[in-house]
Amino acid sequence: MTEISLGALSGVPTAAGVGVDQIAFPDRSSYVATIAGLKDAAFEMVTDLCCVDYLGHPGRTLPDGVTAERFEVVVNLLSLSAKRRVRVRVQVPEGDAVVDSLFSLYPGTEAMEREAFDMFGVRFDGHPDLTRILMPEEWEGHPLRKDYGTGRVPIQFKEAPGPR
Amino acid sequence: MTADFTETPRVIERPTWSTKETSEGAQELSFRDETDSAELGREVGAVLRLEDGKVLDPAQIDFDRPDDETMIINMGPQHPSTHGVLRLMLELDGEVVLRTKPIIGYLHTGMEKTGEELTYVQGATNVTRMDYMSPFHTETVFSLATEALLGIEIPDRAVWIRTLMLELNRLSSHLLWMATNGMDLGSTSMMIYGFREREMVMSFFEKTTGLRFNNNFVRPGGVAADLPDGWEDDVAVICDTVLARSFEYDDLLTGQPIFRERTEGVGGLTAEEALALSVTGPLLRSTGVPWDLRRTMPYLAYGELDFDVIVGTYGDNFDRYALRLAEIRESIRMIRQIIEKMPSGDYRIQDPKVTPPPRGRIDASMEALIHHFKIFTEGFKVPEGEVYAAIESPRGELGCYMVSDGSSKPFRMHIRGPSFVNLQVLPLLLRGGLLSDAVACISSVDPVMGEVDR
Repeated sequence: MTEISLGALSGVPTAAGVGVDQIAFPDRSSYVATIAGLKDAAFEMVTDLCCVDYLGHPGRTLPDGVTAERFEVVVNLLSLSAKRRVRVRVQVPEGDAVVDSLFSLYPGTEAMEREAFDMFGVRFDGHPDLTRILMPEEWEGHPLRKDYGTGRVPIQFKEAPGPR
Repeated sequence: MTADFTETPRVIERPTWSTKETSEGAQELSFRDETDSAELGREVGAVLRLEDGKVLDPAQIDFDRPDDETMIINMGPQHPSTHGVLRLMLELDGEVVLRTKPIIGYLHTGMEKTGEELTYVQGATNVTRMDYMSPFHTETVFSLATEALLGIEIPDRAVWIRTLMLELNRLSSHLLWMATNGMDLGSTSMMIYGFREREMVMSFFEKTTGLRFNNNFVRPGGVAADLPDGWEDDVAVICDTVLARSFEYDDLLTGQPIFRERTEGVGGLTAEEALALSVTGPLLRSTGVPWDLRRTMPYLAYGELDFDVIVGTYGDNFDRYALRLAEIRESIRMIRQIIEKMPSGDYRIQDPKVTPPPRGRIDASMEALIHHFKIFTEGFKVPEGEVYAAIESPRGELGCYMVSDGSSKPFRMHIRGPSFVNLQVLPLLLRGGLLSDAVACISSVDPVMGEVDR
């Protein structure tokens, strides 16, 4: 196995995760620089990019120096040559839900960033085509946010008496 | 009284709601003069910043091309070759495809949101409906993520039963792909044969799990039931028959001049492009990158099995066909080893907090009744944390990112569907090719829309 140095993560708070080698917590200003450093350190692929809405669960475990915000953009990077994964978690505040797009580094994140925008309303600065991807274009709201309620259709049996 | 033919003809007004409902607005492919340079650049392939100097020069993009020379047509969402509800908008110059934009979301049912409302016990029922061609894989990745958070080790027999079901499922999924790919290229015989062989695997699934698909068989803590008596014979018959018939496919397709003409050199992809676009699975391996999670990051019992990772050379449609056919044979090789090595023992973990007690004990033991009640009403609690688990599904890396807040329901359950990511490669595969080859290219990506839209 090729040993790769993670100099790209110096100065960035890190933690050991379940099942991966490392989790990095850069802030928004150093987010793209961190990912670019990881790309140079032979992380050839972004396998997954998703978003988490931590509304209602603010007290999660984070390393020192990381302020918990409502949204978190989670990027899973994979190094094929070194056979290891690194996860990057960026805190995104609710009032200014914008992060820089990874499109210019990893074009494969295009659809994933669109999905995160569609589902959470987090905007990706520099994305060439930031439109909704799964929901209809005129849809209001972002469904995977925790304050977006789920609808319910009451079960109605054919022969059941009507509501009293 | 004679009819008055001078009357003005009846004009049927087109109801605006019917067209408005299907419009996807900015998600659609727009005309060149309405598209800004960044988006147009992406659509014509400048997306691939492989290394310096290989970026497509913006000066090469023909921005001023008049729109009346090209035509934007709509393919799908109900087109039979799109295997579901994939909609493609294609810009054509005669019969040559210039730009393509996949428009997805027609099957979106909010399964990730649903997953947050279901307990870990119920969750497998939800995720199994995502990739309906390989339900065992989605169940397994969900269970692996849950087990990683719980920090439990499942018994050996459960691990091997899971491995067996995953490989049988890969067999059935690839067989179905052979069938539909044959149909898309005009070989209806292949369609019938593929479905015929797949049916044998489906019958075994029905015998083991009670259902042909959407099985809910792999659950956190193990599997739902033990294998039926005589399963070795059933599986051996499947292996022998499918292996023998895979050589008939060679006769039917591999050496056939029409099939080769239509697939060789069509839809070419390079390794750099595949890596940049996060493409995994047979598409990535067809470009010559030997990346298979079963080998490179072994999970379950794959570390103890002897198998080859198949790679292609040219990354064209023929390579992807040949690779999947070879993977069918590799799966059979693995299944035969699993029959030999299947250990005895429990098929699920004996932890009363995770596994419901057997039916017989509920009548005899008050404690068992309480455990049973708690598991099926409240579910079990999972320690706080987050985890990303990934396995190799027939379509590529299938990942599950799960966040737990310590309750009995996932705080966030995200499935990384390989087809969702792989679909991004379509504009590249189709670009510069003929419209009739577009169908073959879509088929070779093997998208399952249930997983794309989730």
